Amino acid sequence: MFRKILIANRGEIACRVIKTCRRLGIQTVAVYSEADQGAQHVRLADEAYPIGPAPAAESYLVIDAILAAIAKSGADAVHPGYGFLSENRRFAEALEAAGVAFIGPSTAAIAAMGDKIESKKLAKAAGVNTVPGFPDAIKDAEQAVKIAGEVGYPVMIKASAGGGGKGMRLAWNAQEAREGFVSASNEARSSFGDERVFVEKFIEQPRHIEIQVLGDKHGNILYLNERECSIQRRHQKVIEEAPSPFLDTKTRAAMGAQAVALARQVGYSSAGTVEFIVGPDRDFYFLEMNTRLQVEHPVTELITGIDIVEQMIRVAWGEPLSFAQKDVKLNGWAIESRLYAEDPYRGFLPSTGRLVRYRLPEESPHVRIDTGVTEGSEISLYYDPMIAKLCTWGKTRDEAIGHMQAALDACHIDGISHNLDFLAAVAAHPRFREGRLSTAFIAEEFPEGFHGAELQPEQRQALYGVAALLLYRSALRETTIAGQMPSYRPPPDTAFIVRAGEESLPVAIQPTALGVRVEIAGKSFDVESAWQPGATLFQGQVAGRPLSALVRRRGLGFRLTHGGAEVDVAVLRPRAAELAALMPAKQPPDTSKFLLCPMPGLVVAIHVVPGEAVKAGQPLAVVEAMKMENVLRAERDGVVAKIAAAAGDSLAVDQVILEFE
Amino acid sequence: MQDIIQQLEEKRRQARLGGGEKRIAAQHAKGKLTARERLELLLDPGSFEEWDMFVEHGCTDFGMADQKIPGDGVVTGYGTINGRLVFVFSQDFTVFGGALSDAHARKICKIMDKAVQVGAPVIGLNDSGGARIQEGVDSLAGYAEVFQRNVLASGVVPQISVIMGPCAGGAVYSPAMTDFIFMVKDSSYMFVTGPDVVKTVTQEVVTQEQLGGAITHTTRSSVADLALENDVEALAEVRRFFDFLPLSNREKPPVRQSFDQPTRVEWSLDTLVPANPNKPYDMHELITKVVDEGDFFEVQPFFARNILTGFARMEGASVGIIANQPMVLAGCLDIDSSRKAARFVRFCDCFNIPLITLVDVPGFLPGTAQEYGGIIKHGAKLLYAYAEATVPKVTLITRKAYGGAYDVMSSKHLRGDINFAWPTAEIAVMGPKGAVEIIFRAELADQAAIEARTEEYRAKFANPFVAGHRGFIDDVIMPHGTRLRLCRALSMLRDKKLENPWKKHDNIPL
Repeated sequence: MFRKILIANRGEIACRVIKTCRRLGIQTVAVYSEADQGAQHVRLADEAYPIGPAPAAESYLVIDAILAAIAKSGADAVHPGYGFLSENRRFAEALEAAGVAFIGPSTAAIAAMGDKIESKKLAKAAGVNTVPGFPDAIKDAEQAVKIAGEVGYPVMIKASAGGGGKGMRLAWNAQEAREGFVSASNEARSSFGDERVFVEKFIEQPRHIEIQVLGDKHGNILYLNERECSIQRRHQKVIEEAPSPFLDTKTRAAMGAQAVALARQVGYSSAGTVEFIVGPDRDFYFLEMNTRLQVEHPVTELITGIDIVEQMIRVAWGEPLSFAQKDVKLNGWAIESRLYAEDPYRGFLPSTGRLVRYRLPEESPHVRIDTGVTEGSEISLYYDPMIAKLCTWGKTRDEAIGHMQAALDACHIDGISHNLDFLAAVAAHPRFREGRLSTAFIAEEFPEGFHGAELQPEQRQALYGVAALLLYRSALRETTIAGQMPSYRPPPDTAFIVRAGEESLPVAIQPTALGVRVEIAGKSFDVESAWQPGATLFQGQVAGRPLSALVRRRGLGFRLTHGGAEVDVAVLRPRAAELAALMPAKQPPDTSKFLLCPMPGLVVAIHVVPGEAVKAGQPLAVVEAMKMENVLRAERDGVVAKIAAAAGDSLAVDQVILEFE
Repeated sequence: MQDIIQQLEEKRRQARLGGGEKRIAAQHAKGKLTARERLELLLDPGSFEEWDMFVEHGCTDFGMADQKIPGDGVVTGYGTINGRLVFVFSQDFTVFGGALSDAHARKICKIMDKAVQVGAPVIGLNDSGGARIQEGVDSLAGYAEVFQRNVLASGVVPQISVIMGPCAGGAVYSPAMTDFIFMVKDSSYMFVTGPDVVKTVTQEVVTQEQLGGAITHTTRSSVADLALENDVEALAEVRRFFDFLPLSNREKPPVRQSFDQPTRVEWSLDTLVPANPNKPYDMHELITKVVDEGDFFEVQPFFARNILTGFARMEGASVGIIANQPMVLAGCLDIDSSRKAARFVRFCDCFNIPLITLVDVPGFLPGTAQEYGGIIKHGAKLLYAYAEATVPKVTLITRKAYGGAYDVMSSKHLRGDINFAWPTAEIAVMGPKGAVEIIFRAELADQAAIEARTEEYRAKFANPFVAGHRGFIDDVIMPHGTRLRLCRALSMLRDKKLENPWKKHDNIPL
């Protein structure tokens, strides 16, 4: 077996690979950029080597730097993780030349599958269903229009070297096809340095379902069932699951067989993923093959019990697979939620900063957590904004979703914006629970963006019960202060008023052995918890059901975060509630006069000048963050009064860019 | 007897009604509560013992003889907050606009005298149009009587003013001499002369809110310590604040049950100070991760934000926290921050509240604005305050402690009891670059030599060891264990006794 493996990656995946290496008794070597000094993967590895400045292009993507670290460490194999150099043929070749094992497929397989046009041709040859379209590079916009007409609208125009949703344009007519060709090839050039694009039919209501394959160097190739990754936002996966709620045994077997056939066609000898697009009639078409470990591989591991990283290492060493297709299990249901440093309340803009608080639930047979950061880590703008993967497993899909909801409620993250509330909202969404998924799910169900989940009346009531316990315990503690007048007796109040938003309800609170009994709106239930003042997480039983909520002091009461919603609740004495009701509602200050920088970033351009009249939707400025150029547009018609920033300025979130009259 | 009781009930009814239903409705319409409603929220239910409900003014001029309302525009007495004694007065805007008469002033003086005698704080809820003009000099005399008592009570019992309506002219000087001023946003203001006079005299056009509103006084003038949303929230915060304070200078700070273990470890503090010395970090994080339950009651949070001041608890006992804030002006000391912190230190010292000082200070802010503004005298205030303080003083240097500012920030030399440093601490006269440019001025032309010297200086001073060798630092501690070390130091110091030489009073550079 390998003696020492270098992981040419960072973050959660580096930590994930190290974990398996540890278990196998293999030493590990980490590499890190200047931004990752002291990062979790560096701390976990047995050795670590610096490979350059923070930008990935100057560190994690520099083959020579990785080779130097290999030489220094004496590693005899490299695991590339995903992203970075994982599908870079030159990297694999360089390792081969250096006599170091690459834990992945052969360079030939990487090369064959790395090109979208090439891979389609191979797939066709292997008898794999492919999407109708024109597999060669399009010359110009006119050719794009002509071919689109032949294939039939709608069509998708895609970058040949593409990935991650970049360089893709949907066209419903000739006009859009023309524009789409131009913008897709421009984006392809700037993102991948390869402007080739091709056209294919666009499948409506598509699902993204992929087959995990695993091959060895002895000609054995298996599939480890499917994953459904339809919950995506702008082609970025958000929630994945295995198995898919859509597939029947027959389709699964058919897709598995085609995936294996394709893998066999390229002599595949590692873990890989064959992505399919599946239409409403379970007709499936090959999309692409990823010749690496996939981000969402844990859900497959949870239902099959197979450690995919271990298999990759064993196969790379030359071991034959120790099990056959019939041994591959499909046990229960697993779901993965990707925790991103992004603000769902502000158009999912990336967020950077220090993880002031980072508390995730404990791992258990039902909960698996893959993360590469710890409390106090810095989320920088240099890398992927994903900070953790929360996976849950249950015997059924419903059970797995229930565990996911509980796990999300038990997370406490501060210092950066994150998508926990959004994940919780999706997990609670009726359509998600029914399994009626498509890659347009988020766009269709959250057309106006995300503004917090809607709680059911009974959920709100449960939270009022939680607030009652919080108030009871807090008030009790306040009476423990030293120096009281001897005649003082804590008031034995039981009648209170719950105030939350517009709602104001009488509530009776009686202490019980483990908490309080709450009577509210004609219902009576127990709230039991070990919560004590100061704790930021409430965990307990409400009416016999487990409930977690994040607790913060807010105004007269508490702000509770639960189920993707934030609820401000105050529990007041009736007289205090009466007086509080007299207080005027105050309007937050009007900031609509300003264009504020929505994220920390660099001003690339300002498109307007003072005095200029702008129309709603007109681009005002471009801010670059996380390598993404974000165009900021006017929300309504107006006249620019003053410009407060210039191209080249580095701005903080909410910094004023310009002011309207 | 029955008759008397009936009369009594009638008088009480009248007193409770204050200026009448109409004025009460008007008060509510302005988003303000009445004097009695406010006391209901401030004090424990049923605890209020009212005094002088039947006091009426003695003025006969300008038709005042016919206008008498029992209580005369202020409700006074004592009660409890979570069982602890407090004296209160609450001005009633519905009665003569809360204007201060001789009788009104005497009521306030009465509770203040008793508060000093028995050793309990005074909380004043201010909502007054000003002097009772009909009474002339009697009203002015009334103010002065209150001022005199504010001064005599100062340092004996804590005094808190809550401004919940107008407070203008001479009236401002009573709150000004109390320890803390809380203001309600949009419905309170304080100024010596109002917008009309300002316009006549200086031609400046300004609104009441701009001239003396809660935002103005908590961000620009630093007259007030906290701005709160409305009456209800303000009074709830006063109750929370009160629990941090001892009742008088004869008492130790209060202790209450804490559910936070002193042994709690915070690993993330190990990465709080960035590797780059020019990168700021938020000192709030250190405070909230070290104190009980993350509960930090910050005072003057929006003024001189380069220094943080406020109350917290360690193992249930109150402490005062002063911390440089690297996020703002690199955490330097300037006129405003020195004044802000000096006053806070002196309050804590008056009332036996131990001080935790968190230091990351690059020095004093340079510039003509500072020098012309008298930074020498203002900076001296903080130095003076620390030097005279006899309460337990625990200091932690997290990063920079440069120059005179190092001395000022509760250093060993100013009788700091326990002085800790994190491994990231740099204690020196100045930063390496500046120091080398002075010491090796002759070599300035030689870039390489200067760089080498800078490195040499950095190696020598950019660490806690030089100060450690001399005993100026008692120990170098790991960030993650800070809470335990501070808790232990404070419990060790709990019965510290230290007295300054007798003097009539000191002469702090005002």
